[in-house]
Amino acid sequence: MVMLKKSLKWLFIGIILLFIYSPILLLTVYSFNASETITSWEGFSWTHYEYFFSMDNQPLPIVLQTICLALVVASLSTLLGTVGAIGIFYSRKRTGSFLSGVNQIPVINAEVVTAISLAFLFVAIGVPKSTFIPLIVGQMVLCTPFVILSVIPKLKQMDNNLYEAALDLGASPTKALFSVVIPQIAPGIVSGFMLAVTLSLDDYVIAAYTKPNTFQTISTHIYSLAKGGTVNTIKSSYWAFTAVIFLIIVIAVIVMNVLAHKKAGKKQ
Amino acid sequence: MTKAKFHFSRKLLAIPYALFLALFVIAPLLIIVYYAFTNGDTGSFTFDNFRNFFSGTGGDTFWESSRFKTIVQSLGISVLSTVVCLLIAYPIAYIIAFKVKNKMGLLILFIVPMWVNFVLRINALKELLEWIGIYNKSNGWNIFNTVLGMVYDFLPFMVLPIYTTISKIDKSYLEAARDLGAAGSTAFLKVTLPLSKAGIMSGVSMVFLPSMTNDVISNYRTFNHTKIIGAFIDECFKNDLWNLGSVTALLLLTLMFLITWLTGGFSAEPENGSRGTSLW
Repeated sequence: MVMLKKSLKWLFIGIILLFIYSPILLLTVYSFNASETITSWEGFSWTHYEYFFSMDNQPLPIVLQTICLALVVASLSTLLGTVGAIGIFYSRKRTGSFLSGVNQIPVINAEVVTAISLAFLFVAIGVPKSTFIPLIVGQMVLCTPFVILSVIPKLKQMDNNLYEAALDLGASPTKALFSVVIPQIAPGIVSGFMLAVTLSLDDYVIAAYTKPNTFQTISTHIYSLAKGGTVNTIKSSYWAFTAVIFLIIVIAVIVMNVLAHKKAGKKQ
Repeated sequence: MTKAKFHFSRKLLAIPYALFLALFVIAPLLIIVYYAFTNGDTGSFTFDNFRNFFSGTGGDTFWESSRFKTIVQSLGISVLSTVVCLLIAYPIAYIIAFKVKNKMGLLILFIVPMWVNFVLRINALKELLEWIGIYNKSNGWNIFNTVLGMVYDFLPFMVLPIYTTISKIDKSYLEAARDLGAAGSTAFLKVTLPLSKAGIMSGVSMVFLPSMTNDVISNYRTFNHTKIIGAFIDECFKNDLWNLGSVTALLLLTLMFLITWLTGGFSAEPENGSRGTSLW
């Protein structure tokens, strides 16, 4: 009975993991297919990888500009969010909780509503999409609340006496902020930044409404390719990209786990 | 004296973000409210847009013909996706929290796919469905595929908050229940389930609304056969029906506030309340 329960448990977990991983594994297998279809296997080849990793073809430059955009958006969001979180934390209770409440709006709002309302705003104030301002600001609206949400818990954990001690020892408030407060909340800032990078890389909806017409991100490009519904080289080269991304993530997770284990081992 | 001064200066740091929120979060929503309550041609105050939304008039043929289908279908897909997610996620979260040694390792296995770009992932699922041969076959399959896509994408958002609450349950409550003679199932129904309510609520709120609005998934599955509310807003915007689109957005917004308020999302602690934050 116990054995049965145990194997049922692993069977269930196994089926769900199969469901989660099968699409990506299928693409990984077919990324080595000599042809561009997913319906028939026509021999092993590196064609899709060669196509993807050439700067002369569309996908690689688009991937690189998506990464650049993510870094710009994440840096700006982290700056705005960190400063904002410190401000909110030291504001009067009412102001602070009001701002935290408004901060929740982009988090829980449907992305399509956020995107359309921003598109309306930029039409109303006359900022054209070609300036990149709507795109960057739009993704900042998406990312900054999460920076705030990662920094505020660190501020709450911080020992406030250290800041006051720095002041008593003659540091200026700015100096104390940079050499006492910022180092203590650094883990929150870093995880906020990482979260912002992921959100920006992952974003389709905001980009679709606010990006310049000639600019493409990974998401909007793949979506536009799929809309066409045709079989083509660009589309199948993205299978190679999916496989590469997946491999990088798996390696990163393993490395992180090993490092965490080592750390835990040392502590013991 | 110095104390008053630095408190003053640190508070000032909230100003840039407050301005940002006012300009790029509150103002855009006010514009939506404005369009929802005004007439497209004259700009005068009216309730007509709401009437048009519910009666299907106002010159928008695509809405006229498929209004009820869209609303019913969208709600149906949303409810179904949420229920399926919950039915899969709860046992997973329970097993990870109570029955496995390497909890973090298994939890990460469920989260890893989320780090692949969302459109890439949905694209991969579409290729799989095409490979199996159930992609874009019939309306029934399309709805099935849409729900499958929603579950595929939103499952981690349901697993994480439920796992967080279950793993915080004090096991001595369960032992007490067993000592007092409760059977395993009774202990689960009377202790574990009620104590994991907060996680279920926040998971539900993170899956329900996105699965009503995520038209990337519904479009990918079906290319406009399975229309959901999110796709409708998109169509309104592309066809210059800003007033009708705004009414729909406003109704969604109201629904979102209701759901969040009912599920306690506004008061929840960030670590188990908001989507995404618990990932890092």
